[in-house]
Formats: sequence, C-alpha cells, structure tokens
Amino acid sequence: MAKYIGKRLLYMLISLWLIITATFFFMRIAPGNPFTSEKQLPPEIEANLNAHYGLDKPWYAQYGDYLLKVVKWDFGPSFKYKSQTVNDLISEGFPVSFILGMEAILLAVAFGLILGIIAALKHNKWQDYTAMIIAVAGISVPSFIMATFLQYFLAIKMGIFPVARFETFMHTVLPALALASTPMAFIARLTRSSMLEVMSNDYIKTAKAKGLSQGVITVKHAIRNALLPVVTYMGPLTAGILTGSFVIERIFGIPGLGAHFVTSITNRDYTVIMGVTVFYSIILLASILLVDIAYGIIDPRIKLAGGKKGE
Amino acid sequence: MQISKDKFQLVGTKISEAEKISKPSLSFWKDVFIRFRKNKLAMFGLVLLAILIFMAIFGPYMTEYDYATNDLTNKNQAPSSEHWFGTDDLGRDVFARTWEGARISIFIGVAAALIDLFIGVLWGGISGYKGGRTDEMMMRFADVLYGVPYLLLVILLMVVLGQGLGTMILAMTITGWINMARIVRGQVLSLKSQEYVLASKTLGANTSRIMAKHLIPNSMAPILVTMTLTIPNAIFTEAFLSFIGLGLTPPLASWGTMANDGLPAIRYYPWRLFFPAIFISLTIFAFNVVGDGLRDALDPRLRK
Repeated sequence: MAKYIGKRLLYMLISLWLIITATFFFMRIAPGNPFTSEKQLPPEIEANLNAHYGLDKPWYAQYGDYLLKVVKWDFGPSFKYKSQTVNDLISEGFPVSFILGMEAILLAVAFGLILGIIAALKHNKWQDYTAMIIAVAGISVPSFIMATFLQYFLAIKMGIFPVARFETFMHTVLPALALASTPMAFIARLTRSSMLEVMSNDYIKTAKAKGLSQGVITVKHAIRNALLPVVTYMGPLTAGILTGSFVIERIFGIPGLGAHFVTSITNRDYTVIMGVTVFYSIILLASILLVDIAYGIIDPRIKLAGGKKGE
Repeated sequence: MQISKDKFQLVGTKISEAEKISKPSLSFWKDVFIRFRKNKLAMFGLVLLAILIFMAIFGPYMTEYDYATNDLTNKNQAPSSEHWFGTDDLGRDVFARTWEGARISIFIGVAAALIDLFIGVLWGGISGYKGGRTDEMMMRFADVLYGVPYLLLVILLMVVLGQGLGTMILAMTITGWINMARIVRGQVLSLKSQEYVLASKTLGANTSRIMAKHLIPNSMAPILVTMTLTIPNAIFTEAFLSFIGLGLTPPLASWGTMANDGLPAIRYYPWRLFFPAIFISLTIFAFNVVGDGLRDALDPRLRK
C-alpha cells in the first residue's frame, strides 16, 4: 500500500511539474508582454517594472524562481489588478466555488444514486426507461446550457429562484443544480449497471432464499457492493464540477474562482491564468489520488501493487 | 397401452442433412447491424444524426440569407416566416448561422476523432505489439500526459496559440489520443498471442502486415465505439471554449459562440440562445446514443 501510494505520488508530481513547466513556457511565448496594454512607457520605467517582477533575469533564473515560488505556495502578483496577488484571488474566490461545488457534488451523488437504484430495481419497466432517459438527457445537455435554461425558466419566467448573485442559500440552488446535472446522469448510469450486475450474484440469491425482504437485500447487500464503481467516478466528478464552475459562475454572476479565471483569460492576465491553472491542477490531481487510495481501502480485493507485466 | 411397431418407420440418417445450417450465415457486421437495429433509442439517434448532417450540408442553402451578412435594420427579430429562427444583434439570420455552426461543430468532432484514431492506433499498436521496455516507456509517457487536466491544458493552449479552428483541434488532440492508445494497446496485447497471429508469423508475415491484416481489424469494435464517443466530447469542448470567449472569431458561427452572444440578451431575445443550445444538445445526444448502441451491438456480452 505504502509503495503504491509512493508510486502514485511520484506520478502526480511529474504530471504537476509538467503542467507548471508548460504554463511557464506557454506564457513566455504568448504574444505581448504584461505591460503592452499600458501607454507607451519610458524605457527606464519599463526596466524598473521588469526588475521589480524579476523579468530582467535570464529565462532559466525566472523558471527556477517560479518553481520555487510555487513550492512555497506563492503564485505572484496579478498584472492587471495591481493591488492584488493571485493568492488573494484564490483565497477570495475559492471558498465561494468550494461551497457551490460541494452542494453540487452532494446533489449529484444523492440523486444519481436514487435514480440508478430505482432503474436497476425496476429493470426494463417504465421507471427504468424514465430514469435512463433523464440520464441520457443529463449527459447530452452541457452544463452551461442547463444553467441558462434553468435561469430563464425558473428564475426569469417563473421567479421561483433569484436570477443571479451569491447571497442566500436560494441563490445557490440553480447553479448547483446546473453543475450537478451531468455528473448526476453519469452516476445514475454507473449505479444502474453495477446494481444490475450485483443483483445477479449468488449471494443475493442466498439472501432471497433465506427469506429476506427486497428492501433489506437492496440496502444491506446490494447497494454496498454496487457503490464501488461510483467511488471511482469521484475523481472525474471533481474535475467536471471544477471546470463546470468556470461558466456556471459567469452565468449566475457568482464571484468564485472560476469566474475570476474566465475574466483573467479575457484580460490576458497571464500570471493569474498561470497561477489558477496550477492551483486547479494541484486540487484535481490530489483529489484523484485520494479517491484511488480510498478505493483501495474500501475494496480490499483490488491489488494496489500495480499491474504486473503484460497485464 | 400397446403401440404396435409398424407405426414407426426408420427415416435413416443423412449426414448432409444433419450438417446443414438452416439459418443463413451472417457476417460479423451483419450481425452487429441486426442487433443495432433492434435498439430503438440507438436507431432514433441514428435518424436524428442523419437529419442533422443533412441540414448541415443543405441547411445554409435553404434560406436566401447569408450567415455573415449584417442587416442592422432587422436586428433581434423574433422567429417569423421571413427569418425562421429570428435574427441576432447584427441582423444576421439565425437559421443560416445555426447550420453553418452545425458544419463547424461536426467538422471539429470528426477531425478530432480521426486524429485521435491515427495517433492512438499507432501508439497503442506499437506499444502493445513490441511489449517489454518499449511498452513500459510509451505507456509511462502516456500516463504522465494523462494526468494533465484536459480542459485546463486546452484553455492554456488556446490562450497561447491564439483562437482558431486549427488551434482548437490541435489542443483537443494533444491529450485526446491517450484513451484510444490505451484501448488499442489492450486489444493488441490480448490478440497477439492468438494462434492465427502465430500462423501468420510462421508464414513469414512481417510486423506491419500482422498489424494491418490481423491486429487492427480485430480491434475494430472498441476502436469504433471510442471514436463515436469522442465526437460528442469534442463538440462539447468546442462549445464550452467558445462560450468562455476562447472559440472561433466572428463572423464565423459556431454553436458555442452563438450561445455566448445570446446569453446577455436572454431576457428579451431568448431564441438567440435557445436555437444553438437545443442543437448542441441534440447533436451530443445523437452521438452518445449511437455510440452506446454500437457498444451494445458490437459486444453482446456487455449487454444488460
């Protein structure tokens, strides 16, 4: 187990290093320098600015500085908003995104499981078809379209929910629902197929034979085992929620990190793009690693030692 | 009760009769087609897809309006007999733009899937067939690249390389091929130890012949399914990027840019958002359903 975690950690670090390096060099070859949007600066001032931000050093020194700073969790200043650093943006925006993301994850898991279990128990009946049509629709409608539809019909036309902003719990319902729609559909499909597989196992027959009720069999025997594939989906789920938040936050005017990220892309605020990309990558890779480890703990049948040759 | 013996009669055994196959023999693909046809949802998806492709080809010619021509006296018109889907804020016909967008979306999806196919089959095929250290190194490289978050990398590349159709396809395929490579490698790994491959080797076939004649054709089923499911992903990514302002530049129309343009006006001119939104969803739906149907039809063991 320790060996496995060590190996995974190593891969994660290599991937992360690749991302940091790629962002660094991408931003160097990106057109324009951070000060091009200003008025023509006198050369002395530009030299001073370059010296202040360390841009006068050779590239390898800048690269080394950048790596060191990332390790120290310092993503540098924002070039567009002079008074703010990328760290400020993250500590300001991330909690908002986090609350929204958590709400969406809870929604997706809860409703996904319910739909999937109902579909499996009522296999090939109308409940099954309805649940699967909802699931296919959820996968096919991109989250940003779901968001605009929800906003238009439930908020603007019917006025049940507030249209935008981030103030009360009611403000978070629609964005969380939009974020959750696609992962919910995936979870429903996963749960259904794994429930169907589990329900055909011998130990379920044994449970039936000894006279247990359908409810007890489902809750005590089937669901626990059917949940395993759903756990593996938690990694991609985090990724989906995270990237979904870029557009959802913009549509609903929520001041989260995703909205800041999209604004920084439009402004070509390179340090913010770099910093937030690295930050997101760290979160993503860490959550995928956590899920994998959790999976190994939950299901001891999985051999974590890593695939043997030829497997 | 007694049954007299003369009620029975010896028919005799005809070997040719016993060996006769009464059902007409089916090729693998015919069999797949029969199974696919039974899947109502998948057939529905196929018909939908055919309509969408038909409209992508002929749609722009069905109206006299051009997708890029501004007409400021007729801006933000509601759908009418004149402008079937209404007009946008520059007076451009939304119907013409929608089908122009269909061309771009489907083109991006198919192009990304084909490039993924090419790199993935090559990489996975070599890795699986060579095995040993080559396999180890090629797959470790893929693993590391696979760890890079897909959408973040695409966004980064679009920011750096500038917006455009080519950049977008490039950005999508940089990590997109890995999935295909893994699937092909798995297939090749399990197929290469089969007797017919050994027979072919004994007869003196070289590696490229074995790959092209035996290994790749026999891996076709999972390859095809992966391809069909890559297309909706690429279409989604294009729409997503265009929606956050990283997509194609005007006057080019894609569904994502149209939705992005329509968003600020959703209160007053909702059709400007709804038409592209509906068609993005329908297209992704159709590809997904066809892909699922294909998977079920190609591998009967996987059926529910």
